[in-house]
Amino acid sequence: MPDHLSLLLVVIPLIAAPVAAILPRGRLPWATALTVTSICFILAGMQLWAVVHDGVISYELGGWAPPWGIEYRIDAVNAFVALIVSGIAAITVPYALLSAEKEIPEHQIPHFYSAFLLCFTGLLGITQTGDIFNLFVFLEISSLSSYALISLGQKRQALTSAYQYLIMGTLGATFFLIGVGLIYSQTGTLNMMDLAERLPEVSGLNTVHTGFAFIMIGFALKLALFPLHLWLPNAYTYAPTVITVFLAATATKVALYVMLRVLFTVFPNGFISTIPTGDLFILSGMAGIIIASVYAIYQVDVKRLLAYSSVAQIGYMALGIGFASAMGVTATIIHLFNHALMKGALFMAVGAIIYRIGDCRMDNIQGLGRQMPWTFGAIVTGGLSLIGVPGTAGFISKWYLVLAALEQDAWILVAVILIGSLLAVIYMGRVIEALYFKPAAETNLAVKEAPILLLAPTWVLVFANIYFGLDTELTVGVAEHAAQVLGVAAK
Amino acid sequence: MSELPPFVLYFIAAFLVPASRGMVRKIILLATPIVAALHIGLNVDAGILSTYSILNLELTFMRTDKLSLLFAYLFCLASFIATIFALQVNDTKQQVAGLVYAGSALGAVFAGDLITLFIFWELLAISSVVFIWARGTERAIHTGMRYLIFQVLSGVFLLAGALVHFHATGSLAFEHIGLGSVAGWLIFIAFGIKSAFPFLHGWLTDGYPEATATGTVFLSAFTTKVAVYALARGFAGEEILVYIGITMACFPIFYAVIENDLRKVLAYSLINQVGFMVTGIGIGTALALNGAVAHAFSDVIFKGLLFMTMGVVLHRVGHVNGSNLGGLYKSMPKTTALCIVGALSISAFPLFSGFVSKSMVMAALVQEDYSYLWLFMLFASAGVFHHAGIKIPYFAFFAHDSGLRPREAPINMLIAMGLAATLCIFIGAQPQYLYSLLPWEVDYWPYDATHVLTQLQLLFFSALAFVWLNKRGIYPPELRSTNLDAEWIYRKFLPASIHRGLIFFRTARESAMTAAIAPMRSICRSFSQSSMAKYHLSESWPTGSMVLWISIILVAYLLLDIFAYG
Repeated sequence: MPDHLSLLLVVIPLIAAPVAAILPRGRLPWATALTVTSICFILAGMQLWAVVHDGVISYELGGWAPPWGIEYRIDAVNAFVALIVSGIAAITVPYALLSAEKEIPEHQIPHFYSAFLLCFTGLLGITQTGDIFNLFVFLEISSLSSYALISLGQKRQALTSAYQYLIMGTLGATFFLIGVGLIYSQTGTLNMMDLAERLPEVSGLNTVHTGFAFIMIGFALKLALFPLHLWLPNAYTYAPTVITVFLAATATKVALYVMLRVLFTVFPNGFISTIPTGDLFILSGMAGIIIASVYAIYQVDVKRLLAYSSVAQIGYMALGIGFASAMGVTATIIHLFNHALMKGALFMAVGAIIYRIGDCRMDNIQGLGRQMPWTFGAIVTGGLSLIGVPGTAGFISKWYLVLAALEQDAWILVAVILIGSLLAVIYMGRVIEALYFKPAAETNLAVKEAPILLLAPTWVLVFANIYFGLDTELTVGVAEHAAQVLGVAAK
Repeated sequence: MSELPPFVLYFIAAFLVPASRGMVRKIILLATPIVAALHIGLNVDAGILSTYSILNLELTFMRTDKLSLLFAYLFCLASFIATIFALQVNDTKQQVAGLVYAGSALGAVFAGDLITLFIFWELLAISSVVFIWARGTERAIHTGMRYLIFQVLSGVFLLAGALVHFHATGSLAFEHIGLGSVAGWLIFIAFGIKSAFPFLHGWLTDGYPEATATGTVFLSAFTTKVAVYALARGFAGEEILVYIGITMACFPIFYAVIENDLRKVLAYSLINQVGFMVTGIGIGTALALNGAVAHAFSDVIFKGLLFMTMGVVLHRVGHVNGSNLGGLYKSMPKTTALCIVGALSISAFPLFSGFVSKSMVMAALVQEDYSYLWLFMLFASAGVFHHAGIKIPYFAFFAHDSGLRPREAPINMLIAMGLAATLCIFIGAQPQYLYSLLPWEVDYWPYDATHVLTQLQLLFFSALAFVWLNKRGIYPPELRSTNLDAEWIYRKFLPASIHRGLIFFRTARESAMTAAIAPMRSICRSFSQSSMAKYHLSESWPTGSMVLWISIILVAYLLLDIFAYG
């Protein structure tokens, strides 16, 4: 089995998805999803272990040798991302049991889990594959299923949001495909390692540059890089909470991974310094951190507030890529992991409130913090991590990002990062103020603490936030290793 | 087996004590120091170095040499005597605290790196404050808080110093540090607080007299001695310590002479004795360092003995105010006799333990040509005799008869005091056994004619002065009074100035609010009510505008790529 580890990781959820769809209503589809995600989490852990200890895994699909056949090529970077994706999935599914029952019509539940598993397959496939066209296929699998998942939301706006996301996502995917086509026309290959060998000869051509631009902008859309984030707040707000948790913690991360992979593996080293990409990343990162944070302050819906905060956090990751230094990429990968933890915890806690009162508008949640102390505790801790208080995972990301900025003597960026933290204090402060310091509405006086099935996964993530704020061996160690694998030169 | 740190035994016992009761508990309490001492004596030799990896940190729990072994024996002995003394007290809190406290002291002397030292440093602080809080009075709670703040502050300095030290040298090993760097000074201040340097000593004279009758005996044995050990290891031979030590030896005398609370007198006298040790460390020659640690050894025993006798008085009478005591010898003859042995030892009478250790420091002073400092030390020695040697036994047990007739001390207290007194005399009469334990090779013998005669002369004239002053009525009478010491700065002066500062700050802030913040607030308010915030910032964007953005970005990028970078 160890030989087929990398393939199993994609194939198991792919096969399980239709199975979940044909299972009878009830809890069987959920159980299937739970089993599959747990198995995948274990496999991903084994895969990361194997990669870190024994080096790169190259798996030839159907025994066809690359570059003709499809190759799954796993190194520390995608093994780490696969671990994040499957870990978050494994923790979201237990949470989904109650949350999905509450928010999704009963007859849709099997389809919901089926789409969820498909989306999961797509995201894992994107991380696993070493073939850039195969990557497009998985991108479409994950995108189409996520449109369906978002449209399952309770409110009618969910449909509009899903439609908007569909347009944007399709545009992004098309751009990506155009870019891949342009590059294929010049190199005649689709295997990433093979591309890496052939691209240096042709990297001066305008066709290649244009292809590169299409790929980048296509994925910037999927990543919701400012100002291409416009679909994200709606999608996150109106999707079922479980899906918000899952997409916020994984989909953007996978998109970011593809960016890193294309920038540093597929295109030759140093290519980034001949093109405006780095500067654009920094520019849009800066703008995203400040503007999206300000937007977050004025939101009246907590989910939407967190969605804008996600756009700002993506800005931090973009900064790290923009530096194009080993330290910067390390910071990005660390934040990629830590942000999954904090946003996962926060969206889950907000989901617990929605489970109780069906809504999370600022004026409806007033005073609930006192009635739901554990949920409130999770929001406070997650918020502290988002702000970057020492002792939480958020601090580690901010710390490395500031180090990377200092390495470039980019004092303005240091200031931007710190201002971003201050803005986070304000918007998280508003949530906490509403939850704890405002008097509770009379209709909410009977609201009790969320059930343990929702709280337990939330608190697992909350504790992970604290644990990875204290013990950085896994995050920093793997991130540094990954930056090394990507071959980013230290500045 | 030899790598088992002895503090583990104490900590295990600290867990067992709450789980047991009656005889079993007493046996655990008494057996712990004995087992630990046997473990150190039989299994542990000098030169062990064992590290443990915990949370990415290499912690050295066992680093043994003759210096740490000497202190380890001393702490086992002290905790044994103090435990016997406290045996009738059936207070689980104090018993557990005593074990943790003594165990932390052992942990600290075997600590081979600064982080381990820091851990035990803070454990010492936290476990010792229990003895003050156990008194239960309002006053004791406040005092305990002040004590704890000082102790924890010392730990903070130590940790800061350790980190700076690590940054500068890349090593956390606890070896000679010296005052050549910022780290050195930070650690020096940390050690200084715990060893009660002048102006940093408030916690000691403030806290020790407020502890329980048996608690003070524990307190007097460990905290300052761990600090002396740490100074001897980290800062031996720093000349500034000579002057600090002499100040410490001299200034408490004035306070001790006018103080009425006899346990506070002993607290001042403790600083004075630590002054001798600090001076010895500052001189830094083998003889002086040996003198310092030997004096630490004998001081723990005789100061413990004196605190025990005062503890008995407190236990039986309920207070230890010199002005309201007197004549107790009639009903407590044994305690009186034992107190006199302690008094003779601290005053360094020949044949008592103080003499054989203190004379080493004095001799080292002369050898190193600090002759005028030697005169100060002579003054300090005479002063010790005054306030500790004569005043304590005289006012408590003799002086004018107060009419109090308390019963003799309980048997366990008598045994503990008897043991300490025997040791005082044994060390004084047979110093070669103590000398053989000393860490440095030294050829010194205190009993020569000049030495003995000088000391006796000094003591007799000093006694004469006391008698003369007392008979003429010039000697400061024992009055109920509050004596101002350095602690006044943080108990009265600082709170008052902070209070005044806060009032000033509040007025300033209010005027700043009206001047600057109010307009800003109104801008914020009008913005958040404006249509911009209401509709623009929280609205959804039409799909078309997104597509527009994509094309703008794509075109801008390609133009940049081709024209600006190409």
